[in-house]
Amino acid sequence: MPKVTVDGVEIEVPAGATVLQACELAGKEIPRFCYHERLSIAGNCRMCLVEVKPGPPKPQASCALPAADGQEIRTDSPMVKKAREGVMEFLLINHPLDCPICDQGGECDLQDQAMAYGRGTSRFAENKRAVTEKYMGPLIKTIMTRCIHCTRCVRFSEEIAGVDEIGALYRGEDTQITTYLERAARHELSANVIDLCPVGALTSAPYAFEARPWELKKTLSIDVSDAIGANITLHSKGREVMRALPRVNDEVNEEWLSDKGRYQVDGLTRRRLDRVWIRREGRLQPGEWREAFDLIAAVLGADKASIAAVAGDLVDAETMFAAKALINACGSQLTEARQTGMTYDVSNLAAVNFNSTLAGIETADAILIIGSHVRWEAPLLNVRLRKAVKAGARVFIIGPEWETTYPATFLGSDLKILNRVPKELGDVMKAAQRPAVILGAAALARGALSAALKLIDKFGLVKEEWNGFNVLHISAARMASLMLGFTLPGGMAELAAANPKVLLSLGADEMDYAPFAGALKVYIGHHGDKGAHHADIILPGASYAEKDGTYVNTEGRVQFAEKAVFAPGDAREDWTILRALADALGVRVGFDSFDELQAAMIAAVPALGEEGLADFGALPKADSAARFEGEIAAYPIKDFYLTNPIARASAVMQRCSQELLHGADFKEAAE
Amino acid sequence: MADRTPAPDTPELRARWGGFAWTPENKKLADWHIAKYPPGRQRSAVMPLLDLAQRQVGAETGTQGWLPLPVIEYVAKYLDMPVIRVLEVASFYFMYNLKPVGKFHVQVCGTTPCMLRGSDDLIATCKKRGMKKGEVSDDGLWTLTEVECMGNCATAPMVQINDDNYEDLTPERLDAILDALARGEQPKTGTQEPGRHTSEPLGGPTTLKEMVHENHDYRSEW
Repeated sequence: MPKVTVDGVEIEVPAGATVLQACELAGKEIPRFCYHERLSIAGNCRMCLVEVKPGPPKPQASCALPAADGQEIRTDSPMVKKAREGVMEFLLINHPLDCPICDQGGECDLQDQAMAYGRGTSRFAENKRAVTEKYMGPLIKTIMTRCIHCTRCVRFSEEIAGVDEIGALYRGEDTQITTYLERAARHELSANVIDLCPVGALTSAPYAFEARPWELKKTLSIDVSDAIGANITLHSKGREVMRALPRVNDEVNEEWLSDKGRYQVDGLTRRRLDRVWIRREGRLQPGEWREAFDLIAAVLGADKASIAAVAGDLVDAETMFAAKALINACGSQLTEARQTGMTYDVSNLAAVNFNSTLAGIETADAILIIGSHVRWEAPLLNVRLRKAVKAGARVFIIGPEWETTYPATFLGSDLKILNRVPKELGDVMKAAQRPAVILGAAALARGALSAALKLIDKFGLVKEEWNGFNVLHISAARMASLMLGFTLPGGMAELAAANPKVLLSLGADEMDYAPFAGALKVYIGHHGDKGAHHADIILPGASYAEKDGTYVNTEGRVQFAEKAVFAPGDAREDWTILRALADALGVRVGFDSFDELQAAMIAAVPALGEEGLADFGALPKADSAARFEGEIAAYPIKDFYLTNPIARASAVMQRCSQELLHGADFKEAAE
Repeated sequence: MADRTPAPDTPELRARWGGFAWTPENKKLADWHIAKYPPGRQRSAVMPLLDLAQRQVGAETGTQGWLPLPVIEYVAKYLDMPVIRVLEVASFYFMYNLKPVGKFHVQVCGTTPCMLRGSDDLIATCKKRGMKKGEVSDDGLWTLTEVECMGNCATAPMVQINDDNYEDLTPERLDAILDALARGEQPKTGTQEPGRHTSEPLGGPTTLKEMVHENHDYRSEW
């Protein structure tokens, strides 16, 4: 542990730290553009210059200089001040003075650092460089004259995303950042380069000229586009969510966010259900709340127990608890959240949890993925897997081939291969210190869970301080629904067999409504999607941005999202609808406010009251008779950009889908 | 500085170069370059392979050679690396031509020592013969490029034509060289100064004079 002196204060820094990190530990701010904690060190912006003794009598780039014992570092000397002013003046030579029309204004590293460390004036009277705009796809807007060549975007796409597509062409003053032949960036994390860009060269295309950062209200929320539960901030102006940005959480999303989680928010204002609709004579017609509740009560009549509820993929734990309370109060047990009909055993939740944790899977050294298109089902997990592979892990995948961002061996799509493990796979898994199995939704649907549990002993997945058995869900609501017991052993089939008179659909848009032809289908949700088309009554609810709620991600992490904006029109927070429905049906659910609801939920499932990883105990014993059967013909996600009703309503996601996945050609409008 | 943008990606370009592949001799050479590096590090051979590809294109077209985009893609595929990384290299170094060049690529050094010794006159000489910067002349023989320092400052001014340097030039000497090349002859390369062999000082050595004919131990004289 080297001891260094920063501005006269001696501190001890971890071995391998850089001078920049040492200065930060000492509480000194070091300006920087190219350095980023999660990317490799480039050392090309020169903004982080400090004075270091012993060493040559000139300023040193602190980001690329290892901290060594006995170093005397000065960040406040005249030399450092002059060096920073000089670098800043050079950076600004070719940077346009267009801050008033730049979307980065107000959250721009260059702007801030020019204020803090710049000279205030330029002595450059010659012509400035101008660079043509580059097309990088529907999400990234480029104004390349503003680029200062920090190469963060290049390093991100190469190192984190694993899709080498952005590069720095030409040299010196002519350097230009572009994709090959200006093709669109084609991966699920492409928009993160917008956050990384320290200037306004890469900005968000859908958000262009929409708002200024200081006008936005920031609300802490949780991404519901997949089961990772990425931590996000919703930025809203008035009643509209303008954008979603990732929050730093090393345990979950580091500081990345998938393009879907980031850009589906424009779907929150489109195709919204903002009033009550009732089907009369085969057509949905505007109705009143009272009317709708009376109709439900009338259909149910005295047989109150003939009511069932299905939860969709985006709902929060409170909504599901309120629905379950209502259904149970009516005397029914018919609740199901696995809307696509999966029936895996949920008696032990450790068996359906991502036990390695998202951060932990990075340290695995052999990974078997069974039936999961990780890149589409959980792009942020894919980043972790790439890190593991870079650290030396081997990856095997069972299922149809997809384009991985790391070397991986596909073992075919037949699950039966695992009944007699191929030697190559078995050798690697048994030799591994931290072997891991990831069971995807496609494998769960094939009933592979019980057989997969046998792999725990076979591969030695559970060791001291290591649990390598993982299930990767694709629905943000899944783990919470399992914790709440919102399931039936027979799944949707059992629900259909009970032939309920009233079916409450809590935003269930992926389920098959055909078996419920005889039921009164009440859709409580926020988007006019598949569920609303089949509904007899539509009660407008709130999306994840419009209500407080608890979400549990695939690793069993309980997280809380806050309400950013109000739901549009007549729409209400879901729990209030269910509470009012309870009155209409003449049953008591035991809560009158959100706080009471939450308290009741926490009393029923204490783990939901504590943010952080829930403890599901030990893994169950495997059933030795279980066998792998069948073939994984396809993955559940057919189109990454259109997996949920919000994304399907989003114009940005629709364009991404058409352009990036289906090859449609969008001509830029003539300016 | 020369215009370094790649030749546009047109259907004609794809049709002409889409089927590019190594000749048997070049394939051997390419694999020989790749074999210099450990397995998995084959992309280290990108620079010699780009040069090889450029020479093969040159042989096919009777010019110094250049790198059409399909050829760059071929090299990327051959080395199993992303094409943007190959284009980064090809666009960085001036020795890779991204646009078609003539049979003789006349690269006139215009950096300070050469400029002080009269490189402007050399450029004027070239232009008088009908060459234009960055363009192939009508007869397909010449392409003129002004380049930065080629490391021949002691024998400035100089031009590089394809693989050869011609140094100590005057407009007349350059004219003679270009005439000879146009006739299909190979002029003397290196310095054009009579009596000079390489880059030794004109008029004999000014230092280390005792070292001219035999080894001399200066240490006792310090």
